[in-house]
Amino acid sequence: MSTPAKNSQSPTPGQTIGPFFGYALPYEGDADLVPPGSPGSIRLHGWVYDGAGNPIPDALIEIWQTDAEGNVPQAEGSLHRDGWTFTGWGRAATDLNGHYTFSTVLPGASEKGKAPSAAPSFGVTVFARGLLDKLHTRIYLPEHAANAGDPLLVSLSEDERATLVATADATGLRFDIHLQGDRETTFLTYR
Amino acid sequence: MTAPTKKPPVETQADLSAEIAKIEADSEGRNVRQPLLDYPPYRSSILRHPTKDPRHADPETIELWSPCFGHSDVDPLEADLTIAGSNEPIGERITVSGRVLDGEGRPVRNQLVEIWQSNSAGRYIHKHEQHPAPLDPNFTGVGRCLTDDEGRYRFQTIKPGPYPWGNHINAWRPAHIHFSLFGRAFTQRLITQMYFPSDPLFALDPIYQSITSQQARDALVATYDHDLSTPGYSMGYSWDIVLTGPSRTWTEPEEGDL
Ligand SMILES: [Fe+2]
Repeated sequence: MSTPAKNSQSPTPGQTIGPFFGYALPYEGDADLVPPGSPGSIRLHGWVYDGAGNPIPDALIEIWQTDAEGNVPQAEGSLHRDGWTFTGWGRAATDLNGHYTFSTVLPGASEKGKAPSAAPSFGVTVFARGLLDKLHTRIYLPEHAANAGDPLLVSLSEDERATLVATADATGLRFDIHLQGDRETTFLTYR
Repeated sequence: MTAPTKKPPVETQADLSAEIAKIEADSEGRNVRQPLLDYPPYRSSILRHPTKDPRHADPETIELWSPCFGHSDVDPLEADLTIAGSNEPIGERITVSGRVLDGEGRPVRNQLVEIWQSNSAGRYIHKHEQHPAPLDPNFTGVGRCLTDDEGRYRFQTIKPGPYPWGNHINAWRPAHIHFSLFGRAFTQRLITQMYFPSDPLFALDPIYQSITSQQARDALVATYDHDLSTPGYSMGYSWDIVLTGPSRTWTEPEEGDL
């Protein structure tokens, strides 16, 4: 680091997204990082559940990822997608069944030449009515060779690891999020 | 489309306030700056909070960067919430402005800020909103802007009203504006709420009280700023936001950088 962290500023606390974000944060094309059905596109989708196993119809999921070659996107245009520019970021509100859907590409490994042990993943933030602050997690790719050496995945129990790895389906990947319960998703904090 | 049927609440404000006071007393001296995710006085949190502590992870390269937004994303007019209709919205005109900073006090530049709020009667235009207060045809309550080189944002809007909700009998939210913020890294993503000074509902509100440190709660309350008030036109409130979390190495902007 070029500048030592002084931590002179206390962080602003989070608060719940509440029930009324639906007319404010979603926008046309928000979940389509690439046009659905375009060459190389996949559907990344899943359901969000509460501790009683009920789907959550008022959650907001955001993903942030490298492009297929592992580059960090730094192009603007997520809010008015042109269909050609990959911005790496997307937003999907859950529907009344608690289901979210993205159209995107598989991320390439982001640490080429730096930490080759890290497996490619999607960065994820979760917001919901009833959830008082954001949650971070990651979606890893099923059966990816690099998973076996990924520093986070290897630090987890088998059950915890299973909550972070998507399953392949006919159109791409499925990843369910459990805020609570037997299959509670492993959430992350960064050091 | 049917809204989920809800049982009417049975707990009174006195029941809730007792729960709030007990948790506050139990957490005294711990100085937790973030809301407790497990906070039963906010009834909707009971089945929606993780029960395990989050795992510590070293950020991946991608997580040390933030998505980029720019002038193709946001029209400067979106920062004025008072021009959405053919007439002016009803309510007290306000300017809300402040700086978005990282944990070392450095500005978060050219980054997206999104807000949403109720109208002056406490009503959102959301389709499931049940509060029988009037809608305002000239107010949608949605705004966006990009921060400038100093990390500053600025919105022109009207003061939102408090509104009732179903958490318990006679539950009212203090007036607030919802804020969505991106930092210099994905780790710094934040959604929060900005409140107005001296609101009598603070002590009664489980969402605000889910932050058990008074000092941390104060960080969500804007300051009346007379210098931000426009003579003969609107009142000013200033509110700074600090986004912490690991990010990539800071580089000073170079000559010619936007
Ligand atoms: Fe609200």
